[in-house]
Amino acid sequence: MSNKALQETEAPQFYLEDDHHPEGSTMLGFWIYLMSDCLIFAVLFATHGVLGRNYAAGPSPADLFDLSIVAFNTAMLLFSSITYGFAMLQMERNARMETIFWLGVTGVFGLIFLALELYEFYHLILEGAGPGRSAFLSSFFVLVGTHGLHVTFGVIWLVTLMVQVKMHGLIPENRRRLMCLSMFWHFLDVVWIGVFSFVYLMGVLG
Amino acid sequence: MSSQAHAPANEDAHNVHHGHSHGYGAGHGSLKTYLIGFVLAAILTAIPFWLVMGDVFENKLITAVLIMIFAAVQIVVHMVCFLHMNPRSEGGWTIMALIFTLIIVAIMLAGSFWVMHHLNVNMMPMSPEMMKNMP
Amino acid sequence: MFGNTTLTQFIFGRLTWEAIPYHEPILVVTFIAVALGGIALLALVTWFKLWGYLWKEWFTSVDHKKIGIMYVVLALVMLLRGFADAIMMRIQQAWAFNGSEGYLNPHHYDQIFTAHGVIMIFFMAMPFVTGLMNYVVPLQIGARDVSFPFLNNFSFWMTTAGAIIIMMSLFVGEFARTGWLAYPPLSGADYSPGVGVDYYIWGLQVAGVGTTLSGINLIATIVKMRAPGMTFMKMPIFTWTALCTNILIVATFPILTATLALLSLDRYAGTNFFTNDLGGNPMMYVNLIWIWGHPEVYILVLPAFGIFSEVVATFCGKRLFGYASMVYATCVIMILSYLVWLHHFFTMGSGASVNAFFGITTMIISIPTGAKMFNWLFTMYRGRIRYEVPMYWTVGFMFTFVLGGMTGVLLAVPPADFVLHNSLFLIAHFHNVIIGGVVFGLMAGVVYWWPKAFGYKLDPFWGKMSFWFWQIGFFFAFMPLYVLGLMGVTRRVSQFEDPSLQIWFIIAAFGAVLIALGIASFIIQIAVSYLRRDQLRDFTGDPWNGRTLEWSTSSPPPEYNFAFTPVVHDHDSWYDMKNRGYERPLGGFKPIHMPKNTGTGVILAGLSIALAFALIWYIWWLAIVSFVAIVAVSIAHTFNYNRDFYIPAETVTETEDARSELLAERT
Repeated sequence: MSNKALQETEAPQFYLEDDHHPEGSTMLGFWIYLMSDCLIFAVLFATHGVLGRNYAAGPSPADLFDLSIVAFNTAMLLFSSITYGFAMLQMERNARMETIFWLGVTGVFGLIFLALELYEFYHLILEGAGPGRSAFLSSFFVLVGTHGLHVTFGVIWLVTLMVQVKMHGLIPENRRRLMCLSMFWHFLDVVWIGVFSFVYLMGVLG
Repeated sequence: MSSQAHAPANEDAHNVHHGHSHGYGAGHGSLKTYLIGFVLAAILTAIPFWLVMGDVFENKLITAVLIMIFAAVQIVVHMVCFLHMNPRSEGGWTIMALIFTLIIVAIMLAGSFWVMHHLNVNMMPMSPEMMKNMP
Repeated sequence: MFGNTTLTQFIFGRLTWEAIPYHEPILVVTFIAVALGGIALLALVTWFKLWGYLWKEWFTSVDHKKIGIMYVVLALVMLLRGFADAIMMRIQQAWAFNGSEGYLNPHHYDQIFTAHGVIMIFFMAMPFVTGLMNYVVPLQIGARDVSFPFLNNFSFWMTTAGAIIIMMSLFVGEFARTGWLAYPPLSGADYSPGVGVDYYIWGLQVAGVGTTLSGINLIATIVKMRAPGMTFMKMPIFTWTALCTNILIVATFPILTATLALLSLDRYAGTNFFTNDLGGNPMMYVNLIWIWGHPEVYILVLPAFGIFSEVVATFCGKRLFGYASMVYATCVIMILSYLVWLHHFFTMGSGASVNAFFGITTMIISIPTGAKMFNWLFTMYRGRIRYEVPMYWTVGFMFTFVLGGMTGVLLAVPPADFVLHNSLFLIAHFHNVIIGGVVFGLMAGVVYWWPKAFGYKLDPFWGKMSFWFWQIGFFFAFMPLYVLGLMGVTRRVSQFEDPSLQIWFIIAAFGAVLIALGIASFIIQIAVSYLRRDQLRDFTGDPWNGRTLEWSTSSPPPEYNFAFTPVVHDHDSWYDMKNRGYERPLGGFKPIHMPKNTGTGVILAGLSIALAFALIWYIWWLAIVSFVAIVAVSIAHTFNYNRDFYIPAETVTETEDARSELLAERT
């Protein structure tokens, strides 16, 4: 050890004496996961784009969609996005209960969104416009349903995190998880922009 | 959701090395950015809904193009204000991954539409009248 | 049989005794052989009391090295299954002439060619590639593990679960009879009402989860965990190709997942995506599946290119020629691979402009590949070449792959493709590039890194035997298929009318026998090397005079890979270190922070098998139970915050001292 310093003047340093801590990879890894998820939605959008006009002599978007419900739902999702933002701000202030509160509010908005979507689906199926009616309805149900499924898992994850924050506080692991869910939640909102623009608005436009 | 190792015991030594790299790269939002994002998103959502529900333009093409533009702008707003995307987070890797994904998505959407459109033009069954006029 | 039908149906879905193929003698014999072999294996494991060891040290391990080895073991097992299918097809086609039906009925034959394709691509080549990347990449970048060690274990078990689901179809029910990509409408509910396509879908979906997650994991590892000093242009080429491959995996497997999900909705929920009526369009499936399918080809071959680059540089004792051009070529291939998918269905009827575009992009992609070929050749030029076994595989690859590449460019010309589409010419072409490129690369990789993983070299005599049998067998097996394809013989045919074709099929079958001998030699090679391991032992950790960081560790490397994180100055970093007077650190070790083993991956994969089985057989209660269990176990896993431990400094010191003694004895 004593002549190590001497060696280093001759040969470059080939290893670290200190412990090397690579930066955390979780956020990057989760972002890459989101990108892969984005591709799943892209396939569904592509399918809707190709098959979305194949009504098979059945109902078309203008016959089926109630844009006021969609607008309300969009608002719900947007509210949930901002409330999740508030939760993150509280997390940075290290305020445990406030974080949990805003997470709860986010979850409620998410649930309202899901309930309305289920109501819409139920109504469509009752009218005889189920997913098997035409290729348009198949792609509609699957695209919107996949988004809804993501929101459902988001809500389950949200509840899990609320329990974990309650149990362990805002420790680094929980902060990391909250940030992952934050990315997931906002990502779903981004996907929803595509859904309401291309499926609902463009659909009704004809 | 991962078992990424992290070392609470050596946190101090770590901070000496990497400065504040513990912010997980992705920037944090402030109340201001969230509120700006929210207001912009609300406006950018309301206008296309109004365009369609209020039958503002006679020409559907104009409405369609506007819807697409508003959607694109709103996606950027969400990315910046809610997802805190910036070219520096995670050493530029998030934005790189995003651009790459967008390229793939664009190739996939454009390619699929192009290919399937051509297929429809070339291969869709003909009407009886067309059949009669076949050479 | 069970009394109440409705209750039976509730409990077993559509699973009945009829599903067990006891009337197929071939399957019964196979089953008996597999069962006896399995029982013998289980008995041996029990006899030597290995269960605890296997569970603690392997199944639950989060060590990337052990997971990598398990991936390769899975790939080798599936290679045997896939090859058994191949040789059965070759025998059938050589036999079924002059009114003979051969020994396989069409029902069985169709399952065999589907299983062969699915297994070889998804459960042989993919795990093999992933296994090598898993083993080598963290070592090459000077990391102690991957970014997400638990996820790594989980990915492996999901891949294995997919393989198990596919294997189950052999003895319970049937496998798909649709070809390896299951095109609708043939794979739709109307034309394939049985369980075959469902086995296919769920096997691939379960394995696909594993593949995607392992892709994310390795990207994060390469981006975040490189040793200090290792900039992107100082990364070893294999790591570069691994990065590009994993980007491709993450950016394509979701497409496969989504497409198969749409197909399964057509089959299960009565939607109309790919049906013939109510607005569905089967061609959309073909379009989507090839957007995944073509990059998949490069997912397999890029790591093989990486292996060849490492092997060529090492065994020529030279820096790789054109490192930067190799990197750019890899990246260009990565992007271009997304722009060629339509060449798989030129004949679909897209018209001239579309076909011309994709024909040209296909020809363009051969340019960076050609650039790589020249880089390898120029590395060999005036190099001090040592013809060890990995080098045999590399030279064999260069010869074989160029041939396959040229027939590929031929097929890229749409008018030529109209004649050759779905003919045996195509079959010969893609076996030419996949065997000549991917398999030879994987073989080279195994022989090259074996001493690193196990501490002794593989026996060179049997390695060379294996190479020559493979190489000669390949030409005997596939050159006749080129000829037959040009004569217009299509793929997937089980009986033939024209007796003049038979001689070519007999030659091809002979080739398959030679390849079988090649595989046998490979297994003998492993067995012989194990028995002679004391003579073949590698004490230095650097048996080939290697150039990259993995050779700086002992063979096999310690659990923590590197006692101290290396600092990198050059892209042949270990070569650089050896040249500039690197001395192995002998003291001052610190405790090393490592992830803990966990059994969650095994449990989740087991539940996934149950879920898939339930969905395949319409056993809805089991599907619900296993799905809820999967969610519950996943959530429960997140409640475990205690996931890491420290290897004490004393243990590190002991391990490193043991190595020092070994090195001192030898020199």
